[in-house]
Amino acid sequence: MTKVAITVNGERREAEVEPRQLLVYFLRNQLGLTGTNVGCDTSSCGACTVLVDGESVKSCTVFAVQADDTEVTTIEGLAENGELHPVQQAFHEQHALQCGYCTPGFVMAAVSLLRENPSPTEEEIRLGLEGNLCRCTGYHNIVKAVQAAAEAGS
Amino acid sequence: MSVLGNRVLRKEDARFLRGEASYVENMPMEDALHVTFVRSLLAHARIDGVDTSAAEAAPDVVAVLTAADLDVGTFGPPPHLHGLNAAMTRPLIAGEVVRFVGEIVAVVVAKSRAAGADAAELVMVDYDPLPVVASAAEAAKDEVLLFPEAGTNVAGRAGSPEHDEALFEGCDVVVSGTLISPRMAPCPLEPRSVVATVDDDGLLTVWTPSQTPHHDRFGIAGMLGLDPAQVRVVSPDVGGGFGAKQLSTEELLLGWVARRLGRPVRWTETRSESMVALHHGRSMQLDFTLGATREGKVLAYRVDILADAGAYAVLGSFLPNLTGLMASAVYAIPRIEIDGRSVVTNTTPITSFRGAGRPEATQTIERAMDLLAAELGEDPVEVRRRNLIPADAFPYKTASGATYDSGDYERALDLVLEAAGYDELREEQRHRREQGVPLQLGIGVSAYIEISNPVGETEYGDVEITAEGTAIVRTGSCVHGQSHETTFAQIVSDRLGLPIEKIDVHKGDTAEIPKGTGTYGSKSTQLGGSAVRGAADAVVEQAKALAAEYLGDADPDLEPAMWADLAARAAADGRLGELKASHEFTSPPSFPFGAHLAVVEVDVETGKVDLLRLVAVDDAGTVVNPLVVEGQVHGGVAIGAAQALYEAYSYDEDGTPLTSTFVNYAFPSAADLPSWEFVEMETPTPNNPLGAKGIGESGTMGSTPAVQSAVVDALSPFGVRHVDMPVNGENVWRALQAAQA
Amino acid sequence: MIPAAFEYRRAGSVDEAIELLGSDPDAKLLAGGHSLIPLLRLRFARPSLLVDIGRLEDLRYVRDDGDRIAIGALTRYADLATDPMLAERCAPLAEAAALVGDPQVRHRGTIGGSVAHGDPASDLPTILLALDADLVARGPDGERTIPAGEFSSGMFETALGPQDVLTEIRVPPATGTYLKFVRREQDWATVGVAATRLDGRVQVGLTSMGATPLRARGVEEALADGASAAEAAERAAEGTAPPSDVSGSAEYRAHLARVLVRRALEAL
Repeated sequence: MTKVAITVNGERREAEVEPRQLLVYFLRNQLGLTGTNVGCDTSSCGACTVLVDGESVKSCTVFAVQADDTEVTTIEGLAENGELHPVQQAFHEQHALQCGYCTPGFVMAAVSLLRENPSPTEEEIRLGLEGNLCRCTGYHNIVKAVQAAAEAGS
Repeated sequence: MSVLGNRVLRKEDARFLRGEASYVENMPMEDALHVTFVRSLLAHARIDGVDTSAAEAAPDVVAVLTAADLDVGTFGPPPHLHGLNAAMTRPLIAGEVVRFVGEIVAVVVAKSRAAGADAAELVMVDYDPLPVVASAAEAAKDEVLLFPEAGTNVAGRAGSPEHDEALFEGCDVVVSGTLISPRMAPCPLEPRSVVATVDDDGLLTVWTPSQTPHHDRFGIAGMLGLDPAQVRVVSPDVGGGFGAKQLSTEELLLGWVARRLGRPVRWTETRSESMVALHHGRSMQLDFTLGATREGKVLAYRVDILADAGAYAVLGSFLPNLTGLMASAVYAIPRIEIDGRSVVTNTTPITSFRGAGRPEATQTIERAMDLLAAELGEDPVEVRRRNLIPADAFPYKTASGATYDSGDYERALDLVLEAAGYDELREEQRHRREQGVPLQLGIGVSAYIEISNPVGETEYGDVEITAEGTAIVRTGSCVHGQSHETTFAQIVSDRLGLPIEKIDVHKGDTAEIPKGTGTYGSKSTQLGGSAVRGAADAVVEQAKALAAEYLGDADPDLEPAMWADLAARAAADGRLGELKASHEFTSPPSFPFGAHLAVVEVDVETGKVDLLRLVAVDDAGTVVNPLVVEGQVHGGVAIGAAQALYEAYSYDEDGTPLTSTFVNYAFPSAADLPSWEFVEMETPTPNNPLGAKGIGESGTMGSTPAVQSAVVDALSPFGVRHVDMPVNGENVWRALQAAQA
Repeated sequence: MIPAAFEYRRAGSVDEAIELLGSDPDAKLLAGGHSLIPLLRLRFARPSLLVDIGRLEDLRYVRDDGDRIAIGALTRYADLATDPMLAERCAPLAEAAALVGDPQVRHRGTIGGSVAHGDPASDLPTILLALDADLVARGPDGERTIPAGEFSSGMFETALGPQDVLTEIRVPPATGTYLKFVRREQDWATVGVAATRLDGRVQVGLTSMGATPLRARGVEEALADGASAAEAAERAAEGTAPPSDVSGSAEYRAHLARVLVRRALEAL
């Protein structure tokens, strides 16, 4: 077992973890933050996307020990004072979610995308989301949501 | 003002957006033991022995169970689907034979998932390999039998093997070909997760992301020899189903293990596990012959369907019946012959995956119509138009035995051509052909029809007014992404005069919902929606009687203040129960329809295909919420386009899956697909008070053939007449090579 | 899936990493983890010890050294894709880095990790081959420089010893392009072609055309003999042994190589 101290959604969390424990399972099982989902086992689907030090990362492809002494933001940490983050709000307004399973991963990926590219074209949005898979929406409204969030931010 | 027909934003979004959804995997259940399935890596083999000793001795392992421990029967095909080979049932744990890669051979129960995963590797299975039939064509020879006692590999039949030699009499032109509809994996983003507990009174509760909790309850009770009253199934938030999340071997085993060990147990599949264990879709070969006059009027159509059933006769084996029923689609074809067989193969069983037998029917007739047009040297759109069932012909009975309720197929075709700018597209295509550039344009049009509520079922709904004057709606439908929490609230809101914020829709718990059939076959709005509407109307009638008493007004305005007042008074007198009613609604199938147009850009040097546009006209009758309907079409079209261009689940000749992870199975992302163009059209059905048909699967119907047609169209100047799906990359290149040889 | 258990140590320096690697014959280095962790999750790899060098910040840099650009082995794909100096002085490498995986992968995966992994389907090793890059490694016997052409010895096999740590990659300034043919955007290359122009010569590298990244020697020879792009490209598959898999048959890959080489050369 190894000691880690990770700041998650602004709160410093200390724990003992097995080295083989992936960050996503640390968040879900040890911290009870079940908003981040596991959708695959080949780092393909992005449902597990969180922010590590502000950048989108697939938390299924990082061990908790690697995230020691970093700042992790999960979907639960996006809303401020109960108010939905503009990306979350845009997803709602554009009907960019149906079953919701891929949604946290897409929202986090979109937040990171917009930080790096605040006014993306449609093509840049689609390429920027190539690491996230959705079976329900056909992506159309997700792209619209990111466009709406970009506009709201500008 | 009614919210019906409006773009109402969803009530349920908050929990999903905030990461507070109740997927089964999110349930705490710290004291549950973890189940890991040991699965066969061989496609067909006798099991000579299973040595569990090393696994049993591994740290934190509680039990390792095998077929020898089973005291229940086998899992057979759904009883209400007739004609399936009852000899082809599946043992919950394989004991003598494994029939597909992924079949369960042992169950490890451990204190943690990691301990279970470690111990599962230590289970030693002694296999004696048997010859493998990995394709339906091989299996159809009946040389290697999966079930020797059955004497055949045929799991189900549709139509008739009798061929009328005179079928094509009077036909000046006859075209034929083979349409292969590739196997697909459903890929809901949520892998299945099941929790099972037994309480002190012997009540077995199973939490499972199922589309059919009530069916599952009866299935579990039947399999485990329990009274259904001793079984409760709870389907909470479900991360997508697409037809595949229904009663499963795994769910049954979790229930069995919970009872056997007297401990709560849980299981979550990995994606690679899901890719072999969650039942697949499509996988049909359709040999077709179409005959017409020289004026292009179709007279006769024959389809021989060879469907892959997978290793066991489950829902998929029935689908050729639906394919045959819908074979002539939107066309008036006087003579139709269907001969369908579903055969078992050493592969993952096939189930009802979004479209379930109907996309295959449309894919085939559309291919045939394109070939006919090519043969006649005519525009494929005009040839279709000439054969459409006219708008004044409804109800229309097809030669294949379907009675279509309502439709205007020509209007759908015209709308899609207009929306796409068909003439401009043909102009651009002409231009590029003249220039001989490597990136050629292809345009494909598909007119389609779909059968929703295909076996004409029933659904339950009830409405209850609370003491505060709000409403609880209970439905036997089981939403897994289709927004019922909003749409059913809209339907009830329209009848009660309460805003949707004051209407809570409940589903999924068999302890709360007395009965139900679940959500599949695109039937929930027309059946479940009509049921809750009927229940709401009954509550209104009962409310009027109470209002006469309490308010001196037998016809009060239906609005929140009245309900709050009436409910408070009724509650004070213990008469709140008079503001509750239930309703069951039954109707025959309804027939959504539409037209899709695809524009592709084909790189004729590499074979790479880029889908530039997909224009969809989808008519599912009255629309309760256009936002939701569009979302359903977007998702359906994405799956339809994915089958045409990307996804083909494949096996090698040893039955080893080649596409069992998201790396190898080409499930497309947003970067691989365009934005969709949706055109609305509403032709109500007389079959239910809403006038609604089902939209859930419609998107998959026209999109696949439109894309296939577009690619063939792009390549036609090079002499290409057909390209097998996926119509992308190597298949395109080979078609070009063959045509120029 | 859950990986098999392993021990974990974080190395505070390259020397410590070398020592830790020496302590266990089944030890593996962990940098960004985006080549290794997927293997661990499917239990295709079971190292008994992971030596984490991900925090060695002094191995993360992109530096203009005049006649060479020096890149620290822990530089991430995202860093390479967005570095303005690299975009100007060695565009094909920046271009290739932007095409690897997806944004999340590019935030973690490193050039050193990709190269040391030795997957012939990876993009960066091909570009480095076409650039005649130098790979600097440090091991128990000190530092050595391995030319890219001598680095790959087989599928997942490189010239790195069990205790070696790749520290730096040195590339020449160059122009050129990297073309990647994929089924889906997030896929590995069905075939990838790197065409670079350096010191007046044209060099061509191929991804997924054999057990290692390959130089298209036939093409380079033809060009040196004055052939046109189209003529030279006809020799793209010479000396290759492309695999057949779900992304394409060997025959199709050979065809794609010819088309992409022609296009890459025309773009030079």
